[in-house]
Amino acid sequence: MTGEPKIEIADLRKSFGRLDVLRGIGLSVETGGVVALIGPSGSGKSTLLRCLNLLVVPDGGRIRVGDERFSFGSGEKLPPAKRLAAFRAGTGMVFQHFNLFPHMSVLGNVMEGLVTVRRLPKAEAAERARAQLAKVGLADRAGQYPSTLSGGQKQRVAIARALAMEPGVMLFDEVTSALDPELVGEVLGVIRALAAEGMTMVIVTHEIAFARDVANRVVFMRGGIVVEEGPARQVIDAPREDATRTFLSHFHRGGAALAPAGS
Amino acid sequence: MYQWDFGILWSYRWLLLNGLGVTVGFTAAIVAFGLVAGLIAALGMLSRFAVLRLAALGFIEVFRCTPILVQLIWFYYAMPILTGLEMTAVSASIFALSLYGGSFYAEIIRGGIVSIDAGQGEAGAALGMTPGQSMRRIVLPQAVKRMLPALMNQSIIQFKNTSLVSVLAVPDLVYQSQVAAHDSFRPLETYTAVALAYFAILFPLTILVRLGERRLASAA
Ligand SMILES: Nc1ncnc2c1ncn2[C@@H]1O[C@H](COP(=O)(O)OP(=O)(O)O)[C@@H](O)[C@H]1O
Ligand SMILES: [Mg+2]
Repeated sequence: MTGEPKIEIADLRKSFGRLDVLRGIGLSVETGGVVALIGPSGSGKSTLLRCLNLLVVPDGGRIRVGDERFSFGSGEKLPPAKRLAAFRAGTGMVFQHFNLFPHMSVLGNVMEGLVTVRRLPKAEAAERARAQLAKVGLADRAGQYPSTLSGGQKQRVAIARALAMEPGVMLFDEVTSALDPELVGEVLGVIRALAAEGMTMVIVTHEIAFARDVANRVVFMRGGIVVEEGPARQVIDAPREDATRTFLSHFHRGGAALAPAGS
Repeated sequence: MYQWDFGILWSYRWLLLNGLGVTVGFTAAIVAFGLVAGLIAALGMLSRFAVLRLAALGFIEVFRCTPILVQLIWFYYAMPILTGLEMTAVSASIFALSLYGGSFYAEIIRGGIVSIDAGQGEAGAALGMTPGQSMRRIVLPQAVKRMLPALMNQSIIQFKNTSLVSVLAVPDLVYQSQVAAHDSFRPLETYTAVALAYFAILFPLTILVRLGERRLASAA
């Protein structure tokens, strides 16, 4: 993993009305790297992730993903809708609440981007979609509708839908937070396999043990800034900042060595 | 006591059937054009651009807040004088009724679109769809299902509104029944039969709407 990073963010800013949600974020993710984004609710993790594929347009700063560069701020024009769409097609995103298309079958969901955006012939799209479904272990569900699936299955379909576009990076926003505890594992397993394949990923998660295990680096955010950033095990096992320590003291999952609470 | 004699209407059957055909054809045309106008206005209301939102709002309110009878007369008599654009009674009627219906459809369509979870459009955008593609492939197909009962309700009202075109001498069912009533001196029978004809067509449709509403309520 040498050469320039896959994702680079500099001085990223975003406000909603008078609320400054991102206050100058810098971040870089190497090719094949996995970054876990942790932090309390409302700290701006989702907003940052949504800025990364421009679902939210930042007010200021710079973003580079692969060869695509965007600058924001006064004097910068908003990229045209076509360019935004093309950029997003190469950036896979998975949401907390799945956001599957309820009026399409499982196969239809995974095919949709290939047919509508990539303009592949139906047969070829179906073939690729089936391959993605097989990869997440749901080949036998192709004909079902999302409403008939469990939460874990829905989220795996959503991952297959994003992967079908063959994105250069994958963004995960608390993808296990809406799941029953016994279904979390199957989704994390799919993400773990992607990491092993060398997919570049940014993962917002409250699964601290998983982050420690799968991510190369962990970024702790609070109040719209990056408080601490470093190798996953170091940030989680031996955080440098008090704020990180306090946040991590709320988690006692998975037997990972956590710093004692309330120091 | 009035002596009913519906038999007299038999000799006007072709005239009245002809009128009914015009009424049905008119309804089909104004529902189709109205839905197009309504969809455009609804998308205008949801546009990022203030100019489009304002234009759509202006259109909707002008047509919602003036009587359709006044609109009909205005398009037929006033517009030619003001603009020099002559319209036949038929085109003026289709024009006015379509836009009138469109202003009501627009609110139904807009409401249906905003009722769809924002996450749906975002999922489409995240796949790389343009706003238009995500509207067409993701949002509208789901929204239409929810709008259907209300759209049908409005279309039923439109069916009845076509009766007003008789004031411009368009030969619809009401106009032809006036002809038949004058000719036969039997207005009671004629208008009763006409009322029954409207009822016979619309009552089953209202049942359909009610079934659709119930299905929607249980699916939610
Ligand atoms: N579209 C929006 N409009 C207004 N406020 C928003 C919007 N999105 C997020 N926020 C606000 O920004 C803050 C950060 O939100 P978010 O990025 O979702 O945080 P996190 O994912 O870390 O919980 C919250 O206070 C939230 O209410
Ligand atoms: Mg969030």
